[in-house]
Amino acid sequence: MSQQPPSDANHQRYWRANLKLMGVLLAVWFIVSFGFGILLAEPLNQIEFFGFKFGFWWAQQGSIYVFVVLIFIYAAAMRRIDRKHGVSDSATDDAGDGDQPGAD
Amino acid sequence: MPVTATNRGPTDPMDVQALTYLFVIGSFALYIGIAVWSRAASTGEFYVAEGGVHPVANGMATAADWMSAASFISMAGIIAFMGYDGTVYLMGWTGGYVLLALLLAPYLRKFGEFTVPDFIGARYYSNAARVVAVVCLIVVSFTYVAGQMRGVGIVFSHFLNVDIIWGVVIGMAVVFFYAVLGGMKGITYTQVAQYCVLIFAYLVPAIFISLLITGIPIPQIGLGASVNDGSGLMVLEKLDRTLVDLGFGTYTDGSKAMIDVFAITLALMIGTAGLPHVIVRFFTVPKVSDARRSAGYALLFIALLYTTAPAVGAFARLNFIDTVQDAPYAEVADWFKRWEDIGLVGWQDKNADGAIQYAPGVPFDGPPVFTGERGEQGQRTLANLPSASANEVYVDRDIMVLANPEIAALPGWVIALVAAGGLAAALSTAAGLLLVISTSVSHDLMKKTLARGISDRQELRYARIAAATAIVIAGYLGINPPAFVAQVVAFAFGLAAASLFPAILLGIFSQRATREGAIAGMLAGLVFTFAYIAYFKFVEPGHNNADHWWFGISPEGIGALGAALNFATALIVSRFAPAVPAPVKTLIASIRVPAGVERPHDHP
Repeated sequence: MSQQPPSDANHQRYWRANLKLMGVLLAVWFIVSFGFGILLAEPLNQIEFFGFKFGFWWAQQGSIYVFVVLIFIYAAAMRRIDRKHGVSDSATDDAGDGDQPGAD
Repeated sequence: MPVTATNRGPTDPMDVQALTYLFVIGSFALYIGIAVWSRAASTGEFYVAEGGVHPVANGMATAADWMSAASFISMAGIIAFMGYDGTVYLMGWTGGYVLLALLLAPYLRKFGEFTVPDFIGARYYSNAARVVAVVCLIVVSFTYVAGQMRGVGIVFSHFLNVDIIWGVVIGMAVVFFYAVLGGMKGITYTQVAQYCVLIFAYLVPAIFISLLITGIPIPQIGLGASVNDGSGLMVLEKLDRTLVDLGFGTYTDGSKAMIDVFAITLALMIGTAGLPHVIVRFFTVPKVSDARRSAGYALLFIALLYTTAPAVGAFARLNFIDTVQDAPYAEVADWFKRWEDIGLVGWQDKNADGAIQYAPGVPFDGPPVFTGERGEQGQRTLANLPSASANEVYVDRDIMVLANPEIAALPGWVIALVAAGGLAAALSTAAGLLLVISTSVSHDLMKKTLARGISDRQELRYARIAAATAIVIAGYLGINPPAFVAQVVAFAFGLAAASLFPAILLGIFSQRATREGAIAGMLAGLVFTFAYIAYFKFVEPGHNNADHWWFGISPEGIGALGAALNFATALIVSRFAPAVPAPVKTLIASIRVPAGVERPHDHP
């Protein structure tokens, strides 16, 4: 399992890529829940969306769907970032650019 | 209740009783069978199942661990009566998983020890910090576990006519068997089974009731569809109009202040991410990448129930009003009388017209006190003094889930299923909580603090003794719930949000957060949150309203402010404290990369 430790510069680039991805995903997290579901719920409620008031739909349905998708996007994107910087925890992932599904 | 040959239908109480026994005993046998099969032999297996759990299985186990008696039995009912304001629970108890997946779980898995206090102790190079974390963990977990045992007792008494005390004792015996014997390994696989039972039991009645009201089998879509009563109105539109006609506010708009909704949602989210029994589930998967994926599966499995709950709530409210409003008591649906017999429904004919009127406000002071006699219409007479409102109906929110199958006239096996599902939800959460309590005692207090150098075997014995003791205490609290049990739920989330979450987060993302900063931060968050909640709940309950709250934030939401205080204190104190030692900096660097992940073990 263990690999040689990544160089400091590589390590820092990896960490910055991680923080950038996290920032984007957390911004979406905030916008759909606190934004659409709470702060903007009233104006959005003027819009009808498949039988729902739109703000109400975000608060009780939409935000939860987005949360699930965000975590899967994060897991997939981090896998790619791990591989790119050679810090993956899956031995198969570091062998070339293969898109193997991994050890599921 | 008397049974005559003519009313023996599919929901005949005798058949339902027999089916319920069958389902409950069958599911218990399954859980115990799994526990025997997956008996734990080492501390590694007892604490974290040797880090060998598949991410999907861990996702299911996490979902069962997380969804408690409150989620299964109470949440849809709370939403039914709160409408839009119920959003705080829906978003608060799911959004926390995004924080957990992105900010905590992968790094804690890479760290690779057994407990949350392990991480705090190592990262902040301090046993004092570890002990503070243990105290937070125990307070949070016991608050929670008492509620679960109570839930077990309630399900037993409602569905099986067993006394609450015996219900709790049976629940204790089952949890004792598989938590003490199987440890994390046994708990994990029983939780997988429990998830399957509870989600099936939740979705089946929800699908039936959605079909009944809208003709659409998917509740999430049915909630936005039109009611098939020929009126052409949408479900939520009809609900809004009906409620306004009766004098309530609309269902789809809230009555809480926006800042309070914001604060409560935030406090529940970061509280969820800081709950030790949830965090520790991510120590059980093989790799860092598995921890990330597993959080996704966990939330997917949780979302199945959490997106169904608002539909169940809205349908149930609509059904409830349709059934009772202006119905003569003598002709009202059977379920109304059945739940009245159990004491979860009460009716006081204030205007003496023999019909039921439902309106805003409480019908009378306090919970119903039955005199034991029957009134003119055959209703149970109440000793309570009537309130000034026109409302004549007392209804316990829990019946929105418990009575749903009966309200929708579903077959007896669906009712039996709900009982098994409620028990699965309560037992799975209780087991997860008991495990983190026993682990923190045997590992963090004994092995790492009081009795250093004990062998693996001795530590395992301490873990089992601690688990057994914790079960007895939890059972006691379940049988004799402190009067304030409902009041202290705010404590569990508030304290987890204000104490553990910020310390763990800074430990991963800041190289500068020091021992002094972390301890000061945790204590500041803990004391502030505790004092605020205690003041409004116990010292001055009369002041518990928006006029006296800080910034309009209720005690339920104050954890958000407590967390901010924790972060600020930790960062400021850290600036004036000696820098983080070099070995700890190496540790931080190593938890930030997934490569080189190992099975969880004791660091020497």
